[in-house]
Amino acid sequence: MTHYEDIKNQIRELFINQKLAVLSTHHSGQPYTSLVAFVGKEDLKEIFFVTPRTTRKFENLSADSRVAILINSSMNMDSDFHEAVSVTALGNAKEINGAEKDEILSLYLTKHPYLEEFATSPTCSLVGVTITTYVMVKNFQHVMELHIDQ
Amino acid sequence: MNWILSPSQISRDDRNRIGGKAYTLSLMAREGFKIPETLFLTVDAYNAFVNGAGLRERILLELNRKRFKDMRWEEIWDCATRIRNMFLKKQIPDPLKSYLTEKIQSHFSGMTLAIRSSAPDEDASGSSFAGLHESFVNVRGTSSIIDHIRLVWASLWSDAALLYRQEIGLDVDKSEMAVVLQETVTGNRSGVVFSQNPNDETQVIIESVYGLNQGLVDGMVEPDRWVLDRDKKTMLSHKSVQRKHWMIPSEHGVEMVALPEDLSRRSPLSSEEALDICELAYQAEALFKAPQDVEWTIKNDTLYLLQSRPITTLSPSETEDKRAWYLSLHRSVENLIALRTTIEETLIPGMTKTAKELAEQDITVFSDKELADEVRRRWKINQHWVNTYWKEFIPYAHGIRLFGQTYNDAMRPDDPYEFMNLLTQTKMVSLERNRLMEDLTSMVRQDRQLFERLKAGEPLNLDSEFGEMVNQFIEKFGDLSCAVTGGTECATDTRPLFKLLLEMAVNPSSLASRKKPKDARTLEKNFLCCFEGSKRKEALDLLDLARSSYRLRDDDNIYLGRIEAQLLSAVKEAKFRVESFERRGTHKSELDDLKSVIQDFDYGTDHRKVSIEKNEYGSMVSPRQLVGQPAGPGLSRGKARVIRQHLDLQDFKNAEILVCDSVDPNMTFVIPLAAGVVERRGGMLIHGAIIAREYGLPCVTGIPDATSLIRSGDDVTVDGFLGIVTISQRNKMGFGQAFQK
Repeated sequence: MTHYEDIKNQIRELFINQKLAVLSTHHSGQPYTSLVAFVGKEDLKEIFFVTPRTTRKFENLSADSRVAILINSSMNMDSDFHEAVSVTALGNAKEINGAEKDEILSLYLTKHPYLEEFATSPTCSLVGVTITTYVMVKNFQHVMELHIDQ
Repeated sequence: MNWILSPSQISRDDRNRIGGKAYTLSLMAREGFKIPETLFLTVDAYNAFVNGAGLRERILLELNRKRFKDMRWEEIWDCATRIRNMFLKKQIPDPLKSYLTEKIQSHFSGMTLAIRSSAPDEDASGSSFAGLHESFVNVRGTSSIIDHIRLVWASLWSDAALLYRQEIGLDVDKSEMAVVLQETVTGNRSGVVFSQNPNDETQVIIESVYGLNQGLVDGMVEPDRWVLDRDKKTMLSHKSVQRKHWMIPSEHGVEMVALPEDLSRRSPLSSEEALDICELAYQAEALFKAPQDVEWTIKNDTLYLLQSRPITTLSPSETEDKRAWYLSLHRSVENLIALRTTIEETLIPGMTKTAKELAEQDITVFSDKELADEVRRRWKINQHWVNTYWKEFIPYAHGIRLFGQTYNDAMRPDDPYEFMNLLTQTKMVSLERNRLMEDLTSMVRQDRQLFERLKAGEPLNLDSEFGEMVNQFIEKFGDLSCAVTGGTECATDTRPLFKLLLEMAVNPSSLASRKKPKDARTLEKNFLCCFEGSKRKEALDLLDLARSSYRLRDDDNIYLGRIEAQLLSAVKEAKFRVESFERRGTHKSELDDLKSVIQDFDYGTDHRKVSIEKNEYGSMVSPRQLVGQPAGPGLSRGKARVIRQHLDLQDFKNAEILVCDSVDPNMTFVIPLAAGVVERRGGMLIHGAIIAREYGLPCVTGIPDATSLIRSGDDVTVDGFLGIVTISQRNKMGFGQAFQK
């Protein structure tokens, strides 16, 4: 397996094993973070989450679609420092509508079946983030970047 | 709190808490064997220390900086050194310290102790860890005893132990250490007995020396040896030796001194005593239902059993492991002193003489046949010295390690490599060469005409003072045109050297060593103050040995390079003759032999030195921050210059970061220009790290795939404190394209 595939597989593993991610947005330069239940595509090109349209994060995204998303395997233990893997995904967010929405919502609910009522509420938006780069941190300080060809 | 247990308190369930060595002793005590006063420090005490001092995750962080399989032996030694320093520096939590103090004082009042490792891992693996962990004898005073307990705990993470656990597949995350605290019985005769000779099952073997067993176990004192018949319990032979030394207790441990003459004439054991010892071994074998290797001592005519372990007949899988090799890299001071004499008095003069004799031969007058034979002869000579280098010079580097450990034990510095300050600034050949380069550079800088002529590539007037100095320089150190130790790449002239001189001439600040002088004299004084009497002399001798070892660490490759340069010059002449004929399109059958010898040479050399590494990461993956080992403190930022083949060196510009697979001595030519050093090969004692320290440059070693991940022209920050290299901006020209400023 090439290093490229190896890194991709480690990110896929995080997509499967982690339910929550930290979403970073900003408002007039003031950073803001939120916890979101996410699902990622197998090809790593997109990450999706659902948010009510009334939230601060949705408001921020409407003003500037650039986001960073942190996904990591830490378990709040000492061993996290040498065992945890963390990935920051950089990309652009957009609201998913139309024909593809059903397919993505189905993918989302397969991972988070308990969120069906929330995700299908007419006040919620399904947001897709098109990823340009993943920054992966391992072994405490080892950092590699994976660039995604969209 | 069950941090300490006595032999009578031990039950079968305690085996994993006290380790096999301790468990065996408890069984023997219960069966009435005469053993010294003993207590067992359980793994719970070890865990209380590592958890209380916050060491558990620090150890794992250290061990997980990079994949274990990617770490060279030297990096593992560095890792073990840092861990050992953590154990020395961290306070033992108060409740544990008070508990230990109380138990030691009440149980061993006024006694000196032996402090031995007893690792439960040994039982789990079914193999002996003998020699991998540390044990100490004749330790006096509560605080010193507690300090030595730390050292036994720390030895769970010794380099040899780490490698061996890896070798046999034990999980390092779960390793723990128990300790045996045992009254030192200062026997006047000691030894070992094998209840069954590992090479002949009908025999029993006894070995004995005067004084403490340490002399025999460490191989420093040659023992008398008895062979007995196992069934008949009769003596078969006694091999008497020249008895010269014995190991006796000293104020701070043990020391080897001359054996009194009356004892040297007498065998340490009578026949009756040998039979008593044989009987002791039989009893141990009966108890453990397997042949035993028993350590014993006799004090005031009382026979004490010190420890017993099963004799392991090595299975094929065990004999194939590398434990013996790991252990062979650890040399005693005596061994290193003998090695120093061989190296300084025989090997280096031999190398110098060989290089000189080869240089004096005028190979241009050789016939083609003679030249082919000469290339073969030089190949053999070179190979001989390369083998000598691995066999004698590499182990000699252990002198630096031995000193480092002694320094750290005595000084407990915050920086585990502080000891290197006492070794640097010694007279090294590479520094002498770089000083000569500085002289040449200042001539170029002061003579505008010379500067312009060199820049234009005009031929040099060999009669000028500069020409003469260049010739002397080349004669002594080569002309930078050929790679040493394995490369075949050669330039056609001295242009690479001149390019570097020109670069240095326009960047005068690069020439001065950036090193801020450390007060090595104060450090040395403080270090020596830790020792008194004969121990101070030993410490001074060790420092002297380490300085010699350090100096040679850099010089040996240069001596080797001079011989290799002579091989390369013969090959160059052979290639020149063949190519001249081929250019003329003529065929000469006499050249066939030369062609064949060139082919053999090219095939046999290490092409990895000159090949461009394959990028396994692909263009979609880029490094941002790479973790290696901190090998030279400091922080610097600059453009990377990746050296993949030797001639890349000639493009080196002032204030660039040298990135390479491994710094060979010729690369140190450019160090005065460099702002930092990044190396794939890891370790504190490799050439790159040593020369970077001499020049005070930030240095990070042990970055896997450094030369394929980093591109020439990348903006790179070298953090020599943390061992981290950050690539802040990529050179967009792509892999394989030369970066020009």
